[in-house]
Amino acid sequence: MGSLSPGFQGRTHAFEGRLPPGQYPTESFPVLSAGPTPQIPTDRWSFTVTTELGETRTWSWEQMMALPQEEPTADIHCVTRWSKFDTRWRGVSLDVFLDEVETAADFVVAESFDGYTANLPLEDVTGGKAWLAHTYDGWELAPDHGGPARLVIPHLYFWKSAKWVKGLILTPENEPGFWESAGYHDYGDPWREQRYWSD
Amino acid sequence: MRGWRRARLTGRTKQTATGRTLVFEVPRWPGHRPGQHVDVRLTAADGYQAVRSYSLAAPADGERVELGVQAAPGGEVSPYLADDLPVGAEVEVTGPLGGWFVWTPQEAGPLLLLAGGSGIVPLMAMVRARLASPSDEPCTLLHSVRSPDDVWYAAELDAAAAARHVRVRHLWTRAAPEGAARPVGRLTGADLRDLPPPADCRCFVCGPTGFVEHAGDLLLAAGYAPGRIRTERFG
Repeated sequence: MGSLSPGFQGRTHAFEGRLPPGQYPTESFPVLSAGPTPQIPTDRWSFTVTTELGETRTWSWEQMMALPQEEPTADIHCVTRWSKFDTRWRGVSLDVFLDEVETAADFVVAESFDGYTANLPLEDVTGGKAWLAHTYDGWELAPDHGGPARLVIPHLYFWKSAKWVKGLILTPENEPGFWESAGYHDYGDPWREQRYWSD
Repeated sequence: MRGWRRARLTGRTKQTATGRTLVFEVPRWPGHRPGQHVDVRLTAADGYQAVRSYSLAAPADGERVELGVQAAPGGEVSPYLADDLPVGAEVEVTGPLGGWFVWTPQEAGPLLLLAGGSGIVPLMAMVRARLASPSDEPCTLLHSVRSPDDVWYAAELDAAAAARHVRVRHLWTRAAPEGAARPVGRLTGADLRDLPPPADCRCFVCGPTGFVEHAGDLLLAAGYAPGRIRTERFG
């Protein structure tokens, strides 16, 4: 490979052990989305968990804010190759919502107000690994970053952390979501570099 | 789709002070659709590699692949690609990538393209595909750009503006050429008058986040349906 990119000198050698393969660190907070930003006032916001039998449990904004709050700090990794260290969130563990419902499903589909979907194994959003976040770095989450509330699932590529999320649908079978149907990996582990279907 | 291919730089065109188009020859390139991008991988002498995404600026054309590169100040990759990678040298590419922000002439209906600055690059691939097709559906490009010095593809866009059914409007945000009728400033609702009607129009918006947010809000206010607006941002 000696003939490639003569004179190129990389700079981000640091962060080994913290930067997944193929990623680079950024200080800014890029925004990525497939369409225009939905504007969801909190008085029209709700969060619904739907079981595989069609039973639902819904929380209003006030009810969600009254639940136990956590303040996770996490590194996040976007499939477009930026990683951001030590992002600070405030929100509710998805365990709190899922503990309220009876289910035998193995998968969930996160569904957003703009129609976006992302599929996840249930075990990836339980056990303290995923949050419904409404605050970023001490400020209410801005609409372009998914406000008023988004998922935060740091151990998977960030497209799984659905913005403008309105609920979780429990499913016995895996049902690929928006990007998963458009060429992106079904699971999306940054450490195994699962970016595209063929990875 | 996956797999790295060698790509030899065959030409570089200066578009603006910091914007370049780079043409690569990529053996066995599988082709792509306007709006798609590629990942470019650079390898340093010590084996260190860096990968970034760049938009394809032209429709598929055999093994010829044209990318737009905006050099970011202090960037690790873009200034090297913009000015240092020698013509004749190689990088690696993988792709084409992205199956959402794409348009092909087979898709009927009017087209509305909104570009902010170097966000023109993937939209230029769509303009070129549209110009090369027999379609006479309306196509409008609104290009929000700081000043005449910041316009990519200036001559080609002038020619496109003269072509039937392709309208190109520059919206100068800081400095306008003499005689410009529109006051200098960012995109407003007034700029969206006289465009293809919302009913069956496809909208593609590309630029920095602030531009895409603002343009998306204006399009929604003007009656374009969220499901017909596709966005891509850089930053």
